[in-house]
Amino acid sequence: MSMFRYLALIWLVSLAFLAVSAPWLPLASFEKIDFINEAQFPNESSWLGTDGMGRDMLSRVVHGAQVSLAVAIASPLIGLLVGGGLGLLAGYYRGWLEQLALVIMDTMLAFPALIFALLAVTYLGSSLLNVILVMGVLSIPVFARIVRGQVLLIVNLEYVTAAKSLGVHPGQILIRHVIPNIFPAVASFFLTVMATMVVAEGALGFLGLSVPPPQPSWGSMIAEGREYLEEAPHISVIPSIAIFFTLLSLNLIKEK
Amino acid sequence: MMWSSWAQRALRLTVVLFLVLLLTQAMTLLVPGDLAVMILGENASQDELAQLREELALDQPLLHRFLKWLGAAVRGDLGVSLQNGQPVAQLIADRFFVSFELMLYALGLALILALLASLLAVSRVGTWLDRICTVIALGLISIPSFSLGLFLILFFALMLGWFPATGYRLWSEGVVVHLSSLFLPALALALVEAPVYFRILRTDMVETLKRPFVMTAKAKGLPKWGVLTRHVLRPSLVTLITVVGLNVGHLIGGAVIIETLFALPGMGRLLVEAVYAKDLFLVQGLVLVVALVYIIANMLVDALYLVLYPQARGMERQR
Repeated sequence: MSMFRYLALIWLVSLAFLAVSAPWLPLASFEKIDFINEAQFPNESSWLGTDGMGRDMLSRVVHGAQVSLAVAIASPLIGLLVGGGLGLLAGYYRGWLEQLALVIMDTMLAFPALIFALLAVTYLGSSLLNVILVMGVLSIPVFARIVRGQVLLIVNLEYVTAAKSLGVHPGQILIRHVIPNIFPAVASFFLTVMATMVVAEGALGFLGLSVPPPQPSWGSMIAEGREYLEEAPHISVIPSIAIFFTLLSLNLIKEK
Repeated sequence: MMWSSWAQRALRLTVVLFLVLLLTQAMTLLVPGDLAVMILGENASQDELAQLREELALDQPLLHRFLKWLGAAVRGDLGVSLQNGQPVAQLIADRFFVSFELMLYALGLALILALLASLLAVSRVGTWLDRICTVIALGLISIPSFSLGLFLILFFALMLGWFPATGYRLWSEGVVVHLSSLFLPALALALVEAPVYFRILRTDMVETLKRPFVMTAKAKGLPKWGVLTRHVLRPSLVTLITVVGLNVGHLIGGAVIIETLFALPGMGRLLVEAVYAKDLFLVQGLVLVVALVYIIANMLVDALYLVLYPQARGMERQR
């Protein structure tokens, strides 16, 4: 498996590199419409072909990666900071604060995620920042749950009790003893949430609710390709492959 | 005592349902500017706007609006659609059955696939057969539902022509016609769920295999498949049942993508239309139904759990 994990890492790193350096790369325009060269299969002048409006697919996939990666990294970070913080406090202090946090988290989990995202993005207006914020809010309860669960496993162990009875400041205990010990489990979970975010952003894009055009997103590219499924399947298939490799890489790195 | 803990959970779920509905209403606060203008558009006349504000009670505080809606909802009145004035309850009822059927169909397919795959994998733990099942599951987990649905259409509908690409056919058009019109969407949903179920079931079955009573059964010379299906399977279903319960609730509203892709007249598509049109009462009604299904599914799972695992009844007190 280790070779595959290296390949996975290479894919993610090169995708990130392409996404970040896209403005300086010699890519064709992702928004220039060219009806003479519409729905072209991959060829020498456009390596991945063109879409239904003659726009360069390679450039669109790379610019779509910007959106996917931005959401995949920024949203779980919001969830980790807010939800993880809540989970840490709820798990450490218990009591009514924990109960309150649990009811709020249950509510957020019972709220169908896609409906929440649809509503929020429609009401707020679709922009990259709003998509990131909405997805971030959605990942708060999942992080709160996992972190609380991990804290509960640790908080009664002897060395924590020892630190408590020595009168160590709670903040000190959390930072020195609790956080380092829950880190591996939470980090692995972070990768799972990243994969979920790529899917969720794709789903929003598919419904036309991710970033506004002309900025491409993998989900919206797949949706646009539906009309050409018979004559030019590559329009939907290429962004699908990009999503597949990205998810597979995240899953492979997470597995041991 | 079993009942009291069940009642406690039911109470907690009711509170959650209440908060979910309140949250749906509260989300209208996210709209920058005037809600009435957003719904009717910039060109609406002052009269129209005033009428809509009256209808939605926009001049009232949020909680007041919510309680007014809730009061009517308890009596079965979910209001009327802002798009065409039809009763929301009727609109949802028309679509509910399609989504519900799709959910059951997908769940059935997913469970069959997961069960077969994990029995195969567990019958020869650690061999190539086990590994192939695991690798396929990893691959399937990495394909989102919209890509999967699209590939199924491309392959089974456009290239092979075995199933219709899109559209919903009624039962009255024949059982085969009906079931085959739902097959590809159900399969797309099932192939997303099945690998998750497979992984859970395989892990739990491998754990169960190590327990002494399995060794006894093997030592008695019982056939391998008999041991797997009769002795190993049931104790290994605990986690799976819980996860299925959680997923059923999400499937009924989460089929938005698949219903859109396959042009099925289900609740998911109704929801997308309602959200696009900012049809507030319809959205609120749909959230109510989806949340109710989620809660009912979870309570059913709790009940099923106690039926399957009588030994857990005594432990209820501790949970």
